[in-house]
Amino acid sequence: MSALAREPAADPAIGIQGLRKSYGDLQVLRGVDLNVARGKIVALLGSNGAGKTTTVKILATLLAPDAGTATVAGAEVTTDAATVRERISLTGQFAAVDEILTGRENLTLISRLRHLPNPREIADDLLARFSLTEAGSRRVATYSGGMRRRLDIAMSLVGDPEVIVLDEPTTGLDPQGRREVWDAVRKLAAGGTTVLLTTQYLEEAEQLADRIAILHEGRIIVDGTLVELKNLLPPAEVEYVEKQPSLEDVFLAVIGHTNQTDTDQTDQKERR
Amino acid sequence: MTSHAVSDTLALTGRSLRHVLRSPDTIITTALMPIAFMLLFVYVFGGAIDTGQGAGAGSYVNYLLPGILLITIASGISYTAYRLFLDVQGGIVERFSSMPIGRSAVPWAHVLTSVVANVVSLVIVVGVAFLLGFRTGAGVLAWLAVAGVLVLFTLALTWVAVIPGLTASSVDGASAFSYPLIFLPFLSSAFVPTESMPGPLRWFAEHQPVTAIVDTIRALFTEQAVGSQFWVALAWTVAILLVAFVTANLIYRRRLA
Repeated sequence: MSALAREPAADPAIGIQGLRKSYGDLQVLRGVDLNVARGKIVALLGSNGAGKTTTVKILATLLAPDAGTATVAGAEVTTDAATVRERISLTGQFAAVDEILTGRENLTLISRLRHLPNPREIADDLLARFSLTEAGSRRVATYSGGMRRRLDIAMSLVGDPEVIVLDEPTTGLDPQGRREVWDAVRKLAAGGTTVLLTTQYLEEAEQLADRIAILHEGRIIVDGTLVELKNLLPPAEVEYVEKQPSLEDVFLAVIGHTNQTDTDQTDQKERR
Repeated sequence: MTSHAVSDTLALTGRSLRHVLRSPDTIITTALMPIAFMLLFVYVFGGAIDTGQGAGAGSYVNYLLPGILLITIASGISYTAYRLFLDVQGGIVERFSSMPIGRSAVPWAHVLTSVVANVVSLVIVVGVAFLLGFRTGAGVLAWLAVAGVLVLFTLALTWVAVIPGLTASSVDGASAFSYPLIFLPFLSSAFVPTESMPGPLRWFAEHQPVTAIVDTIRALFTEQAVGSQFWVALAWTVAILLVAFVTANLIYRRRLA
């Protein structure tokens, strides 16, 4: 794994060391280490139950870790939760929008709760950025899934927090809705915001992320760029397989699954 | 963070009040059942009920109204549990908890909304009572005292409602807890004098909080001295308020804050 030696991030946007969390006898996190450099999009990839949401909730001060430390833009989540909450914004797994309010009222409410001047201007600006201006005065109950997600992400951007965490932002969306959300995330990163996004969709990580960390059975087992991850499979493969390995191949290989239908790669998997 | 506690609570209260305004049926249904009880008891059962001397001189609606007002509150607070439950399930409480807002803003916003919505329902019910012939010679101070007792009782029961709102696993469970509260007035001095009840029932009726609160409000409306019942009512209400407040906040902090 020397190829994947971590970047020496002196001042990471997110720094996690030795994070542990159990629910009763169930060990969900068994020592997670992860650094996210400022201004990058990092995808936290893992199957259901791998511990993605638990990690994210600890970062957002919603859960206390059993052991280990986590910092967000320099502030520690347990000892300085108030500062962390100023610097991070979480978009949870289910669009946490108020259906009875309009899109504009949702954004205005969040602006007031972040104690910003001019909540209405902030709301109008974000509605425009997320192509929701026309829908802004309609109740959210009338929105499509993609529109709700865009509003959800827009609400996370109120007050320009340094770090945005998106927990499975496209789960349950149709392809159109997914593309809308991807565009929104790309715009975020272009504006210099650090994004940590969890996903179980490999294509999503491949499309969006500067770096990809794979969380498996409570540990980060791989952390690198897409190119670095692809190099994990021996180059010999490239010589007799026309197609480059997709991230899906890499994912299944590093978590130790044998892919029954894909006989070409069985050799590599056994060698690991 | 504490410097924003009040403005955060007000912002979130404004949000919940908008929910109430946009589904006014929650206020109407809150007022409807107590009004139906009032019609039923005044016009169907009332003629057969002997409220005795002194307790409620005048028409039966005068005797009945205090208990009806408590039923109004008991049915109104179930909407608090319902709205809080939906907020918790929808993830919006988690969103608020991950933001730099006062930790107590979310529950207090729901509680204040409950007080406002219940006051509106109570005003509607009192209005209907006047149409049915309710009369009182109570002065401003007595009315203020009645309002104070009712608001304090609303606060206490609303904090009780926060508990199922946070812990229920279904919408039905979140609001079903209020049914026993709605029926407590039937086992009190609200509809008939407790002297007419058989032994054990009478003992229960005379030692449960509703009787003390009903007797206090009745005394205020009929311009009589409130006596020791007032202190019993106050003690019960404050005790319920404190226990529910502490329990609800412990659950909230453990699960969400």
